[in-house]
Amino acid sequence: MVKEAIPPSTSFGNQPKPGLPVSGNLALKCPKCKALLYGREWEKDLKVCSHCNYHFKLTAHERIDLLVDPGSFVEMDADVISVDPLNFVSRLQVYAAKLDEERQNAGLNEAVVVGHASIEAMPVALAVMDFRFIGGSMGSVVGEKITRTIELSIEQRIPVLISSASGGARMQEGLYSLMQMAKTSAALARLGEAQIPFFSLLTDPTTGGVTASFAMLGDVIIAEPGALVCFTGPRVIEQFMHIKLPEGAVNSEFALQHGMIDTVVHRRELRQTLARLLRLYKCNRS
Amino acid sequence: MAYDLEFEKPLAELEKRMHALQRKGEHLKPDELLQLHKAEQELHNRTEEIYKHLTAWQTVQVARHKDRPYAADYIRLMCDDFFELHGDRSFGDDHAIMAGPAKLDGNSVILVCHQKGRDMKEKQFHNFGLAHPEGYRKSARVMQQAEKFGFPIICLIDTSGASPAMPDEERGQAEAIAFNLYLMPRLCVPIIATVIGEGGSGGALAISIADRILMLEHSIYTVASPEAAASILWRDNAFAPQAAEAMRISARELKALNLVDELVPEPLGGAHRNHRIAADNLKAALLKHLVELKRLPIDELLERRYQKFRTIGKFGQAS
Repeated sequence: MVKEAIPPSTSFGNQPKPGLPVSGNLALKCPKCKALLYGREWEKDLKVCSHCNYHFKLTAHERIDLLVDPGSFVEMDADVISVDPLNFVSRLQVYAAKLDEERQNAGLNEAVVVGHASIEAMPVALAVMDFRFIGGSMGSVVGEKITRTIELSIEQRIPVLISSASGGARMQEGLYSLMQMAKTSAALARLGEAQIPFFSLLTDPTTGGVTASFAMLGDVIIAEPGALVCFTGPRVIEQFMHIKLPEGAVNSEFALQHGMIDTVVHRRELRQTLARLLRLYKCNRS
Repeated sequence: MAYDLEFEKPLAELEKRMHALQRKGEHLKPDELLQLHKAEQELHNRTEEIYKHLTAWQTVQVARHKDRPYAADYIRLMCDDFFELHGDRSFGDDHAIMAGPAKLDGNSVILVCHQKGRDMKEKQFHNFGLAHPEGYRKSARVMQQAEKFGFPIICLIDTSGASPAMPDEERGQAEAIAFNLYLMPRLCVPIIATVIGEGGSGGALAISIADRILMLEHSIYTVASPEAAASILWRDNAFAPQAAEAMRISARELKALNLVDELVPEPLGGAHRNHRIAADNLKAALLKHLVELKRLPIDELLERRYQKFRTIGKFGQAS
């Protein structure tokens, strides 16, 4: 089983400005425009391609570093881990083994990191998904941790920010996964009754059961440019309709154009945008 | 009604033998009459035996059987009156979801149901039970009406999923489903959802946030249709039977996992063999739960509904 919960991020506390931790990449290729990017520059650009504006996926901890005041993040429930409720074994897929493997590879216990932090000194409850862990899929633990984050937000009367990156519900937990859509949405309904704002950030990709539950329920919904944002993935749409979709047919810009989200914001401006919103939605009564 | 599923072959043989004898009618010799009775008994026993041990994939086939009663059949057989309401008042009317007020044993209720359609023409009309965003928005509209008038809501679930086409994305399929998940936990009337055939994915969940979740004995409820799950897991939907097996989708397994409240028994050999009995069983179960739920004060009803979903999930603690 997992020995250490989550390796402490190197950047916490000792980083002067919000930004991303430096990795060892010397050079890499942009998957979209194929331009050669220099590691240092690329990291300075917050892992956005300087040629075509492609936003690379961030890990949950990179995302947290990007969004919140340095050193302000306090993680909760890092030790909540998935079990294998269905004994899922099928065709070379052994869920229990896969979980172990993913924990090793991602250095995370699950596909979401939750806690509380501050943005320009304003407190927020925070849940950030990580696509590396089984495609950011939502099973019991993701649903539970997100629900607890919403409950913390109600308890402390602080806004909640959820950053999504997910392929949808996790097949290996069957109906338990589907029901997490209900659980998180019901918690958000209580948050709404408590008149506390929820900011939903959609990053590449936000699809399936995550889009069709909490991700689309934000009081304000923000997406990063070019992120895949949809209910049904393009591959399935193509199969179902027997058509070929152009690149980027269902993305942030498409969602904005069809009135599904409020705004598309470049990664560089996310933090200040969230700070503005936190100020704008500050409760007048308390 | 003929036995026509692959695993029912032995039953079909028996039935054929029986029919041959039955055709003789009055002219049956005494030993033939005995044979007929024996064949009938054997058919009964074998059917019971086979249906008691259906594999996941066999259950899928029964749940999708072409003669299985659909929502419209149940409505006709259970309700004294049903007045279908149309449209979401903003884009259009979705024929994959039927909704409106009905009388059930003298009670005014609001029905919200998937409808698949039987022959090809009907199937196309109902989009095979794959609902569009306007279907979920119609559901929301009609459910809010139920709350206004204090009518309990009864949902009959039968869909392999929400419609996955491009126009559905354009009109916000995800938002339409999410909105219902946000709305239903707070509706101040009793809600009972019953999976009558297929409960597939978010498209089913969007009208299933209920105080009681019932399933017909041979129905299925899945996070994604077995085909979609196989495609996600192995990029090949030919492995749907394996996905069905691994995901524990049958009513019996889900009841054992405590994810559903009650199984509604089906007539021998599946609901498609006797619509009347299936409908009577469903009606009895619905009325029983209605009586129980109506007794609860609204606050308690809502709290219990919240806790019902709040407590779903299995997890552990890292050592």
